[in-house]
Amino acid sequence: MMAKMRFVRRVSSLPEFGLLLLVIFVLLEGSLLPLGAASSTSKSCEEAKQGHTEVHNFTKKAFPVLGVDYGHIKNPFEISLWVLLACLMKLGFHLIPRLSSIVPESCLLIVVGLLVGGLIKLAREEVPPVLDSKFFFLYLLPPIILDAGYFLPIRPFMENLGTILMFAVIGTLWNAFFIGGLLYGICQISNSDLTAIGILPCLLFGSIISAVDPVAVLAVFEEIHINELLHILVFGESLLNDAVTVVLYHLFEEFSVDGSVTVLDGILGVISFLVVALGGVLFGAMYGFLAALTSRFTSHTRVIEPLFAFLYSYMAYLSAEVFHLSGIMALIACGAVMRPYIEANISHKSHTTIKYFLKMLSSVSETLIFIFLGVATVDGRHSWNWIFVTMSVVLCLVARVIGVVGLTFIINKFRIVKLTTKDQFIIAYGGLRGAIAFSLGFLLKEDHFHMRDMFLTAIITVIFFTVFVQGMTIKPLVELLAVKKKQEAKRSINEEIHTQFLDHLLTGIEDICGHYGHHHWKDKLNRFNKKYVKKFLIVSERSKEPQLIAFYHKMEMKQAIQLVESGGGSKLPSAVPSTVSMQNIQPKNPPATTKPAERVLPQLSKGREEEIRKILRSNLQRTRQRLHSYNRHTLVADPYEDGFSDLILKKQRMMAIDKKVHNPR
Amino acid sequence: MGSRASTLLREEEIEEIKKETGFSHSQITRLYSRFTSLDKGENGTLSREDFQRIPELAINPLGDRIINAFFPEGEDQVNFRGFMRTLAHFRPIEDNEKNKNPTASEPLNSRSNKLLFAFRLYDLDRDDKISRDELLQVLRMMVGVNISDEQLGSIADRTIQEADTNGDSCISFQEFIKASLVEKLCETCF
Repeated sequence: MMAKMRFVRRVSSLPEFGLLLLVIFVLLEGSLLPLGAASSTSKSCEEAKQGHTEVHNFTKKAFPVLGVDYGHIKNPFEISLWVLLACLMKLGFHLIPRLSSIVPESCLLIVVGLLVGGLIKLAREEVPPVLDSKFFFLYLLPPIILDAGYFLPIRPFMENLGTILMFAVIGTLWNAFFIGGLLYGICQISNSDLTAIGILPCLLFGSIISAVDPVAVLAVFEEIHINELLHILVFGESLLNDAVTVVLYHLFEEFSVDGSVTVLDGILGVISFLVVALGGVLFGAMYGFLAALTSRFTSHTRVIEPLFAFLYSYMAYLSAEVFHLSGIMALIACGAVMRPYIEANISHKSHTTIKYFLKMLSSVSETLIFIFLGVATVDGRHSWNWIFVTMSVVLCLVARVIGVVGLTFIINKFRIVKLTTKDQFIIAYGGLRGAIAFSLGFLLKEDHFHMRDMFLTAIITVIFFTVFVQGMTIKPLVELLAVKKKQEAKRSINEEIHTQFLDHLLTGIEDICGHYGHHHWKDKLNRFNKKYVKKFLIVSERSKEPQLIAFYHKMEMKQAIQLVESGGGSKLPSAVPSTVSMQNIQPKNPPATTKPAERVLPQLSKGREEEIRKILRSNLQRTRQRLHSYNRHTLVADPYEDGFSDLILKKQRMMAIDKKVHNPR
Repeated sequence: MGSRASTLLREEEIEEIKKETGFSHSQITRLYSRFTSLDKGENGTLSREDFQRIPELAINPLGDRIINAFFPEGEDQVNFRGFMRTLAHFRPIEDNEKNKNPTASEPLNSRSNKLLFAFRLYDLDRDDKISRDELLQVLRMMVGVNISDEQLGSIADRTIQEADTNGDSCISFQEFIKASLVEKLCETCF
């Protein structure tokens, strides 16, 4: 009795126990970092001296059985330690039951970063410059953007493209000029040393702080499960405003040095924007096609298929950065373009690998970014100026609100589904700033901009404000305003059929009216795609499949795999009248006698067929979800990850039906 | 073309069409000029051949059904009023209309009328049910000739099985609305 009670108590304290272990481990790690860094410098000095003396004296030492050589592995070790810290933090947050529902993860991570930064600062004088801009832009940012681009829901994105572009381009421009201009005015009015700041640095600051950040938006919006329209609007805006930010930043940076901007420069700036945006998309599309083409030939080397997807996308990003084009738009274009073709070509396992790998990389990246943000805050040389900093925060908010309201007023004249006040509020409130703004500020050269420290302080304050205050309060506000939440979209075959049906219907009506609208061009693009592009980029047998059939096959395949995995497949006859070719599962057995576009269907007696259909149907109750996941934390339910009890129930049901099949015979 | 069109369509007619369908004056005149450009016989009505002459409609899988929707039961000609009446289904719903005269009959572009229009494109025999065969016909049109009948049959079966809640292996209008989230789709499309 006592033993049982003690056991129960220990079991119930297990999560807390685990948490305690975690905290201790983390603290140990946190202290290891500064120690490691400190010892490395001393170790390398000693070694150098030793080597030196050895050469001169030739004294014979005893053979070192055990030695410590930290400098050798210093860099990889520290990097791994940071990543490990990030992952352990993620684990930890989800162990604490209520914390993750109140505070968004990004806030917690920044706090952790602050703590670790503080620890490091106590241990030694200087903090390693972790949020080095190069490191950020080349290694930390691409995985997140690629993840976003690959899983971008194309249909809602394209349907709202006009709205998104308006917000991204005009909204960001408005923000930048409003904030920059008013700040300049305020600086002039105040009689401190702020008057020394010229108009161009102010505009530069405005352009850095004006862009909505995709990383922050992703991190916060994922947890509030808002409806698809609002999600895609804010998220799309955060992705597409990169082009504007790039152009404005370079423009004002260049001219801050020179000191003046002429009208010609303005016109060149506009042209530059078009080049940057369209060039980035073009690069991305090019690499996307290459990736799709390559995937056509990988049927014999399935193992490295996922690599192609990652490598081509990364090359697209880097190539775009070479020419100062928008790397983010290149990545998005590449991911979006290559996805349908790659998915048609590669094996099922490779597809899973790509999905999981992308989610893993982007998750780690995001965690690291927020932690580093915290660390960099502790480190930086701050120059706090009440007026400047508070006014930047206030102006950011005001500019965003006015921008959103004004633009929505214009946009609603062209939209069928209008944006309500609630929508506008969420869009305005969801305009979070993040690490990109910080990194851009970090890039400023000290000698050109003597107020760099003040800028950085202001940027960090705005970021903290938006992430903490807006991030924490958006969830309760969404509940309070009763904003429409994301529907648990079971994308059934019904929906698929009717979507296509409506598309054809509306295209037909548009043609009758002679109106070349949205549907007309979409239809033309689809036709072109089917006729030429798919033949070129997809393995030949699968290129002729209509979209509906391909979708149906995907569903059937999932069901078939599930059936086999749950052990019920053994009772079924050898060939199920499903229309899936098992090509993807067993690449070594090509379909022998089938013509390219037809599948072999066995001849079965009617009664047998009915029983088999019943078996299939009883398993088809499970969700059939197409990948709608732009959610980092939980990949949308995979059929195989269902509960164990469901599998058992299914197996029982199946065995019952099987008994009925076998017994009457 | 423009001046000729406006002289053939009288002001009272425009007003009547406006009241019936809710289109604006400029929209009606524009659609009238389109109507006359399609009307090769110049007799003020359109026949099926006139519609089939539109090239994009010929390659549209649902072309024939859409054309049929314009012609009322058993007739072969449609005049401008009928033309506008069908097109009125596709006018977007405007907010201010919702509060207008509640006793007047439902406007042509109300949500349920739109859904009914889409439903009727499936349900040719007008028995208010989409049977398996009717669904098969539509699928066959949308999918092309490469796919065998048995495959299509299994897709149709699954579609009906998903949507059918009362077990009569047909899709009624209510089941149609719920199953395919057509309502949501209609909101964004029409």
